[in-house]
Amino acid sequence: MTVAALSQPNFFQAKKGIASWLFTLDHKRIGLLYLYSIGFFFIVAAGLGVLMRLELLNPGRDLIDAQTYNQVFTLHGVIMIFLFIIPSIPAVFGNFALPLLLGTDDVAFPKLNLISWWLYVIGALFALFTLFYGDGPADTGWTFYAPYSVRTGTNVSMTVMAAFVLGFSSILTGLNFIVTIHRLKTPGMGFNQMPLFAWSLYATAWIQLLATPIIGITLLMIVAERVLGIGLFDPSIGGDPILYQHLFWIYSHPAVYIMALPAMGIVSEVIPTFAQRTIFGYKAIAYSSMAIAFVGYFVWGHHMFTSGMSGPAGFIFSILTFFVAIPTAVKVFNWVATLYKGSISIEVPLLFALAFIFNFSIGGLTGLVLGALATDVHVHDTHFVVAHFHYVMFGGAGFAFFGALHYWFPKIWGKMYNKAMANLAFILLFIGFNLTYFPMLIVGIMGMPRRYYDYLPEFHEMNMLSTFGSWIMITGLIIMIINLVVSKQRGAKVSGNPWNGITLDWQTSSPPPLHNFDKMPVLPEGGPYNYPDAISTHEEKEKKDDE
Amino acid sequence: MNASNFVEGVDFTMYLILGISVFFLVGITAVMIYFLFRYRKKNNPVATNITHNNKLEVIWTVVPTILVVIMFYYGWAEYKPMLRAPKGAMEIEAIGQMWKWTFVYPDGKMSDSLVVPLDKPVKLNLVSKDVLHALYIPAFRVKQDVTPGVNNMMWFTAQKLGTYDLFCAEYCGQLHSYMLSTVTVLESSDYNTWLVTQPDLSDEHPGLTILKKNACLSCHSRDGTRLVGPSFKGLLGRNEVVIRDGNETELMVDRDYIIESIKIPNAAIVKGYLQGLMISYETTVSDEEIDQIINYLESLK
Ligand code: HEM
Ligand SMILES: [Cu+2]
Ligand SMILES: [Cu+2]
Repeated sequence: MTVAALSQPNFFQAKKGIASWLFTLDHKRIGLLYLYSIGFFFIVAAGLGVLMRLELLNPGRDLIDAQTYNQVFTLHGVIMIFLFIIPSIPAVFGNFALPLLLGTDDVAFPKLNLISWWLYVIGALFALFTLFYGDGPADTGWTFYAPYSVRTGTNVSMTVMAAFVLGFSSILTGLNFIVTIHRLKTPGMGFNQMPLFAWSLYATAWIQLLATPIIGITLLMIVAERVLGIGLFDPSIGGDPILYQHLFWIYSHPAVYIMALPAMGIVSEVIPTFAQRTIFGYKAIAYSSMAIAFVGYFVWGHHMFTSGMSGPAGFIFSILTFFVAIPTAVKVFNWVATLYKGSISIEVPLLFALAFIFNFSIGGLTGLVLGALATDVHVHDTHFVVAHFHYVMFGGAGFAFFGALHYWFPKIWGKMYNKAMANLAFILLFIGFNLTYFPMLIVGIMGMPRRYYDYLPEFHEMNMLSTFGSWIMITGLIIMIINLVVSKQRGAKVSGNPWNGITLDWQTSSPPPLHNFDKMPVLPEGGPYNYPDAISTHEEKEKKDDE
Repeated sequence: MNASNFVEGVDFTMYLILGISVFFLVGITAVMIYFLFRYRKKNNPVATNITHNNKLEVIWTVVPTILVVIMFYYGWAEYKPMLRAPKGAMEIEAIGQMWKWTFVYPDGKMSDSLVVPLDKPVKLNLVSKDVLHALYIPAFRVKQDVTPGVNNMMWFTAQKLGTYDLFCAEYCGQLHSYMLSTVTVLESSDYNTWLVTQPDLSDEHPGLTILKKNACLSCHSRDGTRLVGPSFKGLLGRNEVVIRDGNETELMVDRDYIIESIKIPNAAIVKGYLQGLMISYETTVSDEEIDQIINYLESLK
């Protein structure tokens, strides 16, 4: 019965009232504001996903007409990309955990942080607004390819403005994290003592800062073309549709790393904690994040192999794409090696992290098929691609997000969720996910194009299987969400450090006090994951002496 | 025999990459599961901090590097021949427009579905009349974007008799998933007979030919069915409620309204239909052609 930890009120108790949330400058509260808003949009878009799967259960019309289907996949894609997965881990867990991991009391610019969230809300309202006036939400696909996006009568301008505003939210978050990481690390912590999640946010932040303006200006160009009739991308008024594709993917390929790198950071936190040993290859993981972020800028052309690209351009974009695969593979090996001689507790966050490795490997390996020129020609723009990016973004980044949620849940609320329910939800999600998307890989190789409202009978079985999978998956999601919401109210209280982690976030009480730490956190001796109770091998000591 | 000359190379690359992928996926997963149980807290109460192992790390960087270079190489080698059609290939123009394919053969004949002779290189010159499309023949492993203002081409040699699916693979609006057709591969002699017996277009009302050529009929039916746009049946003289500058007005469809609808389609949209789906044909359809269209529409009572 120690009550010493109660010296300060926690960040929930520190202030009360709605305004204390909407205008908070506390990074933890802003993280939670993001969690609730992003969570809301994820649920909406997941519903749209399940609706599409229902429509694709049988060939022909099941529920909705072709035009509605086109608007649904566009809205689903726009929400999932711009309102869910791009902000997800950085905005929610970056905000909540980065200052804790660095042992500091907030991000560098708390007001800017609040503005980011408000920009997110405004962008989100723009996107929702398209539902209620004119000819309804855009029907262009989330890629807004010209010249169709210039000509269609649906609300493309508004949708594009939503993405534009959201871009600013992302830029400001990135800027904030870069400065925070440079300036606010606790005394004694250098870059190489930083937890890997911080490293991954750092690499991500540079992409957010440098790549997002390009999509901003490109989207404005679409609006200019639609409203003012300036011929930029539509050839019938003198524009160049291929230019649009280049500009779009110069941002949107690096954006894939905005989704993937933070997820990799989460996995790099979770695995050492549950293996109770140091991460294998700290530097390899940290620096490969930077390498991926850098090389990732130069591979965008792999989305355009069938656009009439010249041979030499195809050659270069293809080989660079293969080179990005190497640091990614190295990370996977490092994570698996971190389990070796660990002392492992199989808890839900770890299961999500391992499911990330499995799903993300499928996403990456199918990416090789798309990076190779000859095979890309065949499967480009088919359901193979749909499966590939869901494996990366949902099975990868999405699962890491859920893992992070289960990992920091006790830190955020000071309570534990029902573990049996969490396990059940995980299993349903994992099975449902693979049953939904694996058949899409097959039907894609068989030749079914994507964005197809209707399909030929030969594709029926695989589509049926996929739709069944979506039912299992959605059941898992619902159980997971209910479990977390209920546990947040009624879960059993836990100590500040239920997983026995040694990064600084576990050195404060749960929920943390407003200013994070009652007393200066102590850096673990010999690196952020150097578990004091684990044995250090003899050879390892010798090597260290050599260095 | 494979359906086309590209099948062997593409499939080989596919099996190579998928083979390596399955090997790694199974390997990683098996090791992961093994470690998970072998080093559970119960079995291994005290962990060991292993920070790195230079030899291992060099191996698992170098091996994937070699493998990806091999995969890249086959991808490139099997793709390169697609870039240039052999000299003397038979040239067919493939026209994509919302939401219909038209194929124009060397002697000027046209068809909705592609017919090609066996064992003869065929080069498709790809033309788009409106937005992006992509011509995709899965059985032949070929696909190429059909982009307005860009002269793309694709080629193949069909090696097996039969009929294969042909899809539009690049999203092009409402009826994208219905923009499909077929490729039929015939013996050379059958191909020539087919070409000769293709109905001669001059038998048709010239107005109908123009409607077909511009794919008007993929959105406007001739029998009263509602498609993307209003049906042509009984159009002339019909009373329609239209939206002009945001206001509803009623008008009787006459010559002037039809001319306006062809040249500035979005000026007045019949109530209940979507704006922006039809593009202006001002530059593609001449005034004489419009006369012929109107003449034909008069016959569609
Ligand atoms: C409940 C879960 C989900 C289901 C059932 C689902 C299902 C689908 C389906 C059926 C399509 C359309 C395929 C087509 O016709 O081309 C689609 C497209 C897409 N999905 Fe999902 N999805 C889910 C979750 C996600 C998540 C978590 C993300 C991203 C993080 C995501 C991102 C996308 C994107 C970007 C598209 C492409 C939209 C476009 O073509 O413009 N989805 N999804
Ligand atoms: Cu990419
Ligand atoms: Cu299409």
